Amino acid sequence: MSNDFKPNIVGFLCNWCTYAAADLAGQSKFDIKPSINVIRVMCSSRIDPNLVLGAFLWGADGVLVAGCHPGDCHYEKGNFYTRRRFTQMKKVLETLNLDPDRLQLAWVSASEGQRYRDVINAFTDKIKEMGPNPLKPNPAV
Amino acid sequence: MGKLIIDGIEVEPDPSKTILQVANELGIHIPTLCYHPSLPYYGACRVCIVETIWRGRSTLSTACTFPAWEGEVKTDSEMVRKARKVILELMLAEAPDSPEIMELAREYGIEETRFKVRKERIGNKCIQCALCVRFCRDVLGIGAIGFKNRGYTRELTTPFEIYSDVCTTCGACEFLCPTNAIDLSTISPNKPIPLLSEYEAGLKQRSCINIPFPQAIPNKPVLDRDHCMHFLKDACGVCSTVCGPQAINYDQEEEIVEEDVGAIVVATGYDLYPIINIPEYGGGKYKDVLDGLQFERLLSASGPTAGEVKRPSDGKVPKRVVFISCVGSRDPENHFPYCSKICCMYSAKHAMLYKHKVHDGEAVVFYIDIRSDGKGYEEFVTRAQEEDNVLYIRGKVSKIYKNEKDNLVVMGADTLSGNQIEIECELVVLSMAVRPKEGTNDLVNKLKIQADANGFLTEAHPKLRPVETLTGGFFLAGAAQAPKDIPDTVAQASGAAAKVVSMFSEAEIHKEPVIAAVDAELCSGCQMCIPLCPYDAREFDEKNKIAVVNEGLCEGCGCCISACPSGACQQRNLNDTQILSMIKVALEK
Repeated sequence: MSNDFKPNIVGFLCNWCTYAAADLAGQSKFDIKPSINVIRVMCSSRIDPNLVLGAFLWGADGVLVAGCHPGDCHYEKGNFYTRRRFTQMKKVLETLNLDPDRLQLAWVSASEGQRYRDVINAFTDKIKEMGPNPLKPNPAV
Repeated sequence: MGKLIIDGIEVEPDPSKTILQVANELGIHIPTLCYHPSLPYYGACRVCIVETIWRGRSTLSTACTFPAWEGEVKTDSEMVRKARKVILELMLAEAPDSPEIMELAREYGIEETRFKVRKERIGNKCIQCALCVRFCRDVLGIGAIGFKNRGYTRELTTPFEIYSDVCTTCGACEFLCPTNAIDLSTISPNKPIPLLSEYEAGLKQRSCINIPFPQAIPNKPVLDRDHCMHFLKDACGVCSTVCGPQAINYDQEEEIVEEDVGAIVVATGYDLYPIINIPEYGGGKYKDVLDGLQFERLLSASGPTAGEVKRPSDGKVPKRVVFISCVGSRDPENHFPYCSKICCMYSAKHAMLYKHKVHDGEAVVFYIDIRSDGKGYEEFVTRAQEEDNVLYIRGKVSKIYKNEKDNLVVMGADTLSGNQIEIECELVVLSMAVRPKEGTNDLVNKLKIQADANGFLTEAHPKLRPVETLTGGFFLAGAAQAPKDIPDTVAQASGAAAKVVSMFSEAEIHKEPVIAAVDAELCSGCQMCIPLCPYDAREFDEKNKIAVVNEGLCEGCGCCISACPSGACQQRNLNDTQILSMIKVALEK
């Protein structure tokens, strides 16, 4: 795959942990690959699978769903719902002929700015290897 | 019924008590050796002998066994003194080397016993009062020691004269023995593990029942259930028998008190990083390597040495003390990356106080940087350096070891001169890193607040909201948030209190506008959302057959929204259409 492919990743970040971690990573001036478009949600359990599907159908090369570590949910158990929902969701992606690895679930707490950087950079590299989303609408058509 | 007259004082006779007990209540001193209030009377030592006069007839009786009947008692008459003299002389013949008995004998004018001291009794201290035997057997229920032989060959020993396997090394026998005749190491091969006072930072022993520290509120003793023999073995109970007002209550349980509160200020404070984690500095290995808190107690007038600086290993006054800053802090490779903030100042204070107490002593401080950022702090450090001649060496210490003179040698680098140096000293004080209090992590999970990578609690914004957390109603104060000294803690705590008050003074609560809402047209009444809600904010409206939202309880997590199969449930101000538009914009690039 050519090196000038710039993945476009949609990241759904929990307001209480990963969103704060992203803030911290920014404040700490870490080098983060500019591939992610952040959408803040109050809890990772707010993310309707429809939204993830929508993102893929509109051409996202990858989707990151990030919440608090299991047991640390601000709303007690939201991230457990998320975990269950997105294990199922990966199977749905297969039926769409999409690599299930294009959807990533990550746990990043508010203090883990470095981990946020590592997650984003590793996920970007992975998507770069996979190449563009085959479902991407062709602007020429 | 007649009266009981003890040394001329008239009291009501009470046969349920002994003369000794009544005399003690009256404040009349009767010498005793084998008596202990928690044990039944025994009358072995006989020194408590008194003259009892009843119907004009005078006899000698032991006060610890004789009931307080009517009549007259003389505790210090000529007859009593004579009898006690003989008793003490006999005792001296039996235990000629006991300083306690000699002291008591001297009070009665005896310098030497008239009786023959048998040669096998030379060096003996035991007077065979059996206090230890009775206590071990009757109070503790163990019976690790007893007597062998009879008559004049009677001797205290363990069964079969071998190490006792039932002895718990509680040390009660050693503690109770009136003549210090017991050596615990002859009873059990195990070394007793001392209970160390937490308040004195482990420099002093404490008992199982103790007042935790002098200013404790309430200022009452507490029982250490983990070590008390009463709770461990259902034995002892001495404290309840000696407590006059009967205040000891073993049935008291810890209780969980539930209170409704509107705000919580988390001010759980800090722990020092345990010294044992720094083996290269001899932490935990050498007794004379202390942490800052221990040295603080050593300097305190109410401390374990009453304010005299004495090193723990041998009680010698140290003539040179080395203070090492940044132990564990500012060391990202091995321990913690942050600065513990308080060490520079307390090292300077400790060095100064030490110099004030030991005038010919020498104080040396190893530092990486002196961080004296506070009002008057820089002047304080300068005063330590200039007025009190504390030697400051810029550099890190690599190793501390003990030399043949039992002194410590500090090996380090002086980074200003570039030389390797070795300093022999008698005491080392390590400024250990400040850590969040043990259990802070559990509290973080329980309260749903945030902590940083080092475990310190996270504020809502590092500059603009330094006393609040991201979770509503929780505020922060003190070293739980970050290492800080007393003025900073007081300032932050005052800020947190003011925030709480301003929150309480408002008539209405402010909530995020992002909460769940139900479109009544679309809701099918499947009730899928109701069990999901962690706040019980979802209810079923039986009349309209739809699910509804309690707006006061809803916190806006949105887990019900993604579960709704019909799309009736939406998050106000963050609905699916809005999120989809965001995705669209994000992907248009």
